Amino acid sequence: MYKGDFVNFDELFGHLGQHTVDGLAKGSIYALVALGYTLVYGVLRLINFAHSEVFMVGTFAVLGVWGLLGATDGPSLGMILLLVLAGLAAGALASGATAVAVELVAYRRLRRMNAPPLIFLITAIGLSLVISEAFGVWQGRIVKGMPTVIVQEVWLTIGNTRITNTQVITVVAALLMMAALDQFINRTRYGRGVRAVAQNPDTAALMGVNKDRVILLIFLVGGVLAGAAALLYSIRYGNTRFNVGFLLGLKAFTAAVLGGIGNLRGALLGGLLLGVVEVYAATLTSSNWEDVAAFVILVVVLLFRPTGLLGESLGRARA
Amino acid sequence: MTDTIRNLTGRVSGATGQIGDRFRAMPKWQRVLAFLAFVAFLYYLPLLGIPGLIWLRTDSIENGNNWAGVLFTCAIYVLIAIGLNVVVGLAGLLDLGYVGFYAIGAYSVALFGSKQSPVVKALQSQFGLSENWSVAWAICIPLAITLTMISGVILGWPTLRLRGDYLAIVTLGFGEIIRIIARNVDWTGGPQGIAEIPGPQGEPSPDNKIFGLIDVKPWYWLALTVVIAMVFVVRGLENSRVGRAWVAIREDEDAAAVMGVYGFKYKLWAFAMGAALGGMSGFLYASRNAFIEPNQFNALLSILFVAMVVVGGAGNTAGVALGAFLVAYLPERFRDFAEYRYLVFGAALVLIMLLRPQGLIPSRRRSRELQDRRKEASVNA
Repeated sequence: MYKGDFVNFDELFGHLGQHTVDGLAKGSIYALVALGYTLVYGVLRLINFAHSEVFMVGTFAVLGVWGLLGATDGPSLGMILLLVLAGLAAGALASGATAVAVELVAYRRLRRMNAPPLIFLITAIGLSLVISEAFGVWQGRIVKGMPTVIVQEVWLTIGNTRITNTQVITVVAALLMMAALDQFINRTRYGRGVRAVAQNPDTAALMGVNKDRVILLIFLVGGVLAGAAALLYSIRYGNTRFNVGFLLGLKAFTAAVLGGIGNLRGALLGGLLLGVVEVYAATLTSSNWEDVAAFVILVVVLLFRPTGLLGESLGRARA
Repeated sequence: MTDTIRNLTGRVSGATGQIGDRFRAMPKWQRVLAFLAFVAFLYYLPLLGIPGLIWLRTDSIENGNNWAGVLFTCAIYVLIAIGLNVVVGLAGLLDLGYVGFYAIGAYSVALFGSKQSPVVKALQSQFGLSENWSVAWAICIPLAITLTMISGVILGWPTLRLRGDYLAIVTLGFGEIIRIIARNVDWTGGPQGIAEIPGPQGEPSPDNKIFGLIDVKPWYWLALTVVIAMVFVVRGLENSRVGRAWVAIREDEDAAAVMGVYGFKYKLWAFAMGAALGGMSGFLYASRNAFIEPNQFNALLSILFVAMVVVGGAGNTAGVALGAFLVAYLPERFRDFAEYRYLVFGAALVLIMLLRPQGLIPSRRRSRELQDRRKEASVNA
């Protein structure tokens, strides 16, 4: 099955910089989605399995709004700006609304009952089936192409590493949003509420924090970030599908665990690391083994650091 | 609206509870008789012709699938549910990669039993065997069980020390890794898969009188027999020292450790046991299907497996069997909704979990645990 060498070290080390940049760009999207998992887990100690569909809904919202605005391949600069902003608004709105709906429909009642985590997991799985199948029925089970809003160009060449505009945009946007979230959690009144509930929900409630509202808030924030990730994904890959969330959600969750679930900076680190590892593995082994590499890295890291690279806990860590 | 639903489910659960209690209160000979009657009915199911019940058959609708074939799928899913129940329901470990064991079971009969498999060909040339040689079907059974148990231990050894949620993601990864390996390496036949997997009568051919390709009834009876045997095996385990240790670990691992139950050992046991049952199921599937390929073992299937255990009622064999039956049967019976069936299935999952979090037929111990938790919640609120 393999033509040539099984392990292609020459290619990897010959273009190490290039592969690292590719990996970082790929990892930024993982990181943004991973933040949604980590926020919810940090506060509720629960894997929000439906988060992958929150991302998927975002990509369809971007597709829809671009269609409405009549997006074409390689539009003018003003049009690009409009499309990106409209896409961001639509994606964030749709994803945020979906995430909030997930909390209200699937989780709130179970939380009242203090149900064990397994029950949450199954409800989340059921709901994510419902959402993705609903889009499968509605939009057809095919790959939906999108216009190339930002045409790829090389912006920067360092040695034999070529950095394209979309890569720069993806990484910078992800970092910016990460920084904003960090500030939000650490510096604002709402952020303090989130940290309080993460540390101890009952005590936080006694101190006058509205637990339900905080939980709604983290779902909303996670959803908005997933919507932003959906926009970046649409710009970079230019297509979507009703089940696009599944594998990406899986990877993002892996990234969150890798960095230490419940830890915001951990999600960023985990996402970037996972992206880079995957691109390296894909280069080394002609792309058949990148998924295996992702999980192997996860197992190895968990063996030596059972709570992920940066440790868990949203409440205690400095975000 | 929700109140009426709640009342209704409350009444239904009260009724099922009463049936359970009444059943347990019967004299033993009556219970045995009732059980035998039920088993006899199960064996009769593929021939089902009782007027008024015919609509149950999946071939009673247009384009419906072969009824015995659907029953066979139900039976192997029940086997999986029983195995996964040991891991999830009894020991309380969330395994999202169970499809990996199912795949290993299926691939062990395929790789060693089929004359087309690269492994058999390699063995032939290595030891100078004839071209018609391959490992006999009957020998593949212990082989499959051993291989899956070993893989269960290999997966469990490093990962069982992890906490619950991490275990879930690592096992999910394991399931995917098995599928990707099967797809990517040469010796598993790669993405084309492997055909000509033998059954009890040797390689598939039209001459096979009993375990043939067209009539699925004997396959169903075979699978049903295995299921019934395994129900007794697992029941025995449940009521043994090992089973008590599992339940103790599930309820409170630290307390169990204080009482001298070495958690890791018993968790590994649960993994190996569950893996063996999953392997058996995969083995039956591969033999019946005579052809397997990697994409039949995707992560979605793993998730469905967990769903059937939890929906049915984790910890209770009858419950998980019902859950497995429903997961396999409902999408087939309601083929009219072809496009919508997974949508409906997902909605059903959500509804059942919201209204009846203990599962359809819960284990008594587990539903009490849930009630305790609910009380705790109302105290804290």
